[in-house]
Amino acid sequence: MIGLYLVLVPLVFALILAFTKGRQTVVAGKLTACGLAGLLGWVSYVYFRGDGSQLFAVWDWAPSFGASLSFRINGLSYLMVFLVLGIGSVVFSYASDYLSDESAQNRFLAILMVFLAGMIGVVVSGNLIQLFVFWELTSLTSYLLIGHYHEESQSRWHALQALLVTGGGGVIMLVGFLMLGQAAGTFEIGGVLDAKDQILADPRLAGIVVCLLIGAFTKSGQFPFHFWLPNAMSAPTPVSAFLHSATMVKAGVFLVALLTPVFSGLALWDFPLMIIGGLTMLYSAALGLLHTDLKKILAYTTLSVLGLLMMMLGLGSDLAIKSAMVFLVGHALYKSTLFMCAGSVAHATQTRDVRKLGGLLKWMPITAWTAVLAALSKSGFPPFVGFIGKEYVYKSGIASEVLSPTILMVAFVTNLTLLALAFKVGIHPFFAKSPETGPEAEGHHPHDPTLWMSIGPLLLALAGLGAGLFPGVMGPLLVEPAVNAVAGREILIPMKLWHGFNAPLLISALTLVGGLVLYRFRWLIWNQRSGRVPHDVFEGLFEKGYHALLGFASWQTRLLQSGSLRNYFYWILGSFALLSILKFSIVGWVPEFRGNTPFTFMDGVIVAMVMSGALFALLARSRFVVILALGQVGFGIAWIYAAYGAPDLAITQILVETLMVLLFVFAIRKMPRLHDYSRKTERLRDGFVALVCGGVVTLLVMKTQFLQISVPISLEISEWSYVIAKGRNVVNVILVDFRALDTMGEVTVLGIAAIGVFVLLGPVLSKKRKGKGGDSSS
Amino acid sequence: MRSIILAQTGRIMVPALVVMSLWVLYRGHNLPGGGFIGGLLFASGFALVAISDGVAEARRRLRFSPILLIATGLIVCLGSGLPAVFSGDAFMKAFWLPAFSLPLLGKVHLGTPLVFDIGVYLTVIGFTLKVFFNLCEGGDA
Repeated sequence: MIGLYLVLVPLVFALILAFTKGRQTVVAGKLTACGLAGLLGWVSYVYFRGDGSQLFAVWDWAPSFGASLSFRINGLSYLMVFLVLGIGSVVFSYASDYLSDESAQNRFLAILMVFLAGMIGVVVSGNLIQLFVFWELTSLTSYLLIGHYHEESQSRWHALQALLVTGGGGVIMLVGFLMLGQAAGTFEIGGVLDAKDQILADPRLAGIVVCLLIGAFTKSGQFPFHFWLPNAMSAPTPVSAFLHSATMVKAGVFLVALLTPVFSGLALWDFPLMIIGGLTMLYSAALGLLHTDLKKILAYTTLSVLGLLMMMLGLGSDLAIKSAMVFLVGHALYKSTLFMCAGSVAHATQTRDVRKLGGLLKWMPITAWTAVLAALSKSGFPPFVGFIGKEYVYKSGIASEVLSPTILMVAFVTNLTLLALAFKVGIHPFFAKSPETGPEAEGHHPHDPTLWMSIGPLLLALAGLGAGLFPGVMGPLLVEPAVNAVAGREILIPMKLWHGFNAPLLISALTLVGGLVLYRFRWLIWNQRSGRVPHDVFEGLFEKGYHALLGFASWQTRLLQSGSLRNYFYWILGSFALLSILKFSIVGWVPEFRGNTPFTFMDGVIVAMVMSGALFALLARSRFVVILALGQVGFGIAWIYAAYGAPDLAITQILVETLMVLLFVFAIRKMPRLHDYSRKTERLRDGFVALVCGGVVTLLVMKTQFLQISVPISLEISEWSYVIAKGRNVVNVILVDFRALDTMGEVTVLGIAAIGVFVLLGPVLSKKRKGKGGDSSS
Repeated sequence: MRSIILAQTGRIMVPALVVMSLWVLYRGHNLPGGGFIGGLLFASGFALVAISDGVAEARRRLRFSPILLIATGLIVCLGSGLPAVFSGDAFMKAFWLPAFSLPLLGKVHLGTPLVFDIGVYLTVIGFTLKVFFNLCEGGDA
């Protein structure tokens, strides 16, 4: 039950936020922030004190597809819910003041709240299909949030990029889910985890793994899909702090962690995770060094940490899982804090360029100390939680049976770079000498943001310190249940701050020193590059692919939707004829004749009538004659219906023909006289197409009469017609009862066609009415 | 191009066509007919009016705008499927009143398929007249 409430309550909040205005929105934002904190308290109470029955719930949704509305909260889900709600509450209190001078704030906060509901939905889903739905909801809301400043083409493009990458990955993941569900025989996640042996023996295993990993990699910005995340920094800062560091980008990591009990130990699963994860770690840390924009730097470090988490999960040992979970918590705490501090700095100084910032300590003391706390945790200084996480990473690297030196080396270099970057973002703007061209020199007087904006980040930073100082609290409550859930069994590794003097501590110390040295010589990198960053190759590839796709789309639209009636006829008739010919080549060309219905005098008259009508239509020199001749053909066909026992069809055909002729007469009055518009060759071509199509139709009619593909239902329908549907007219019973849904569709099409006619003739009509002085009624 | 013959014929034919269309609609379940044919008959009656007396006169006599007829027809079609949903059956499962006798009509069977057919009847009238009126007006100038 509680899972459902966790999703519904934020949706209700979103609805309320959407209908507020101006100051109301600011107040409502703060109230919902408190509401989220309350929700967190409640879920924690139920989680720890309840008997566990509240944590699982299943309702049928679409049982024939195996999709259900199902909620499942285990240690891993709770950890994620804790982060989403805890950080969400801080972000909302921050955002309600951050955007208070914007008119679209209610829209912004409402979408952010919908995202929160979607994110919770992802982590508490007990069904793969449902998880996918929520997963795409987070992609969509992320698109809307990145594009919040939709007047700027840059931010629209970045939003689209993120949507295409994560949404596209999501669709591939859905394919993986479908195969996984089929292999396991259920879409319930609990059932999937139980069906491990069955899944590993499935022939589609490789496909499943690849699809799932692509989904996770795109969502979590892994190499080579990383470029969307730094670009997503076009979003307002609260979005970056919430979606693109603490929660949404962790969804990929969450998915990998969720399925670790099934796939861990499989080389196809472990090695891509380790290799791609490690590559992302190094690559993005290095790119981060080159950037000077506060948010870009933070984005690259986020990518780096996501890579680290992927690598640890790929490593899959008890220690590695433990380190991943500790790092997950630690990173969420310090990264969102740093983002919000960066946002406050940008808000106060109007710049995010790290080279123009400095000496802000005396202006913004609260922000400064908050940032310092977070930066120290990020750098991995004891006694912060970041230190514990890093220790576990080194420990699991040392203990690893495969690639131990490589993993250690990658982790060492990355952590060292991350430290330098943490100082660059969290310490430099406040403690460095203020530069000559900085905002201060220009006469700005930056100041701390409002209480609502400072208190949340400070609390998160302090939580990072507290979690490190008292690992005995966070460990058993938050981390250990999650680790057990990921590993699929009980793991007994207590969480400690101090492990004694050992190899990890030594590496840690070296990291600190190395990082500080790198930070000391930071000017070397910045000055030389002077803020110019090379264009990302993979983003370029993405852009090329995107434009190629659009080019292809417009090419084939030009080809198919030429706007020329003759071309449309060619396409429609041509494909009809070709498909029929293809079918004939399978079932045979020669029609068979069974029975011998005598050819009566009446038949001869009908045939003569139809054929002479067709011939007249072909030879006529006036449109009017053409239409009358075609009407003759139609009446002849109606006669066939009448003669062979289909009175309904005959009546309909006669009425339709009558009205058609009338309509045509009105339509052609204003058309020019018939001329020979086309050249001889074109007419020959048209004649050829017409002959082929006519021949195909003739052959088709002759063949279908004795072509039996399956048992016909017509006899049963006529039997049932009166018994079940109380009607003797079978045609009508089929139309209004047996296949009433089809008829419903058809009459709906009529309605749509009427709108089409209205639109097509609309300009003509309105022009005429205007010409008449508007006296014509409509 | 007003023709007296056409106008006089229309005076007799139009009411006859309307009554006939209703009759065809009703008897459709057991004998040739139904909403589609009935709707076309009704529409040809008003097409006759439009030809003899002009579109404006046809519109005036029809009273309801064709688009309104389309919309009503679609809603009636949809509505005829709903009783089944509310009683827990599949959408559009047929429901019948017990049969009863009336003078002239004989044994009468009323049920949701007839309601559905009425919806089809209205939609077809609306569509045909919408197209017809618009084309006539478009070609007039």
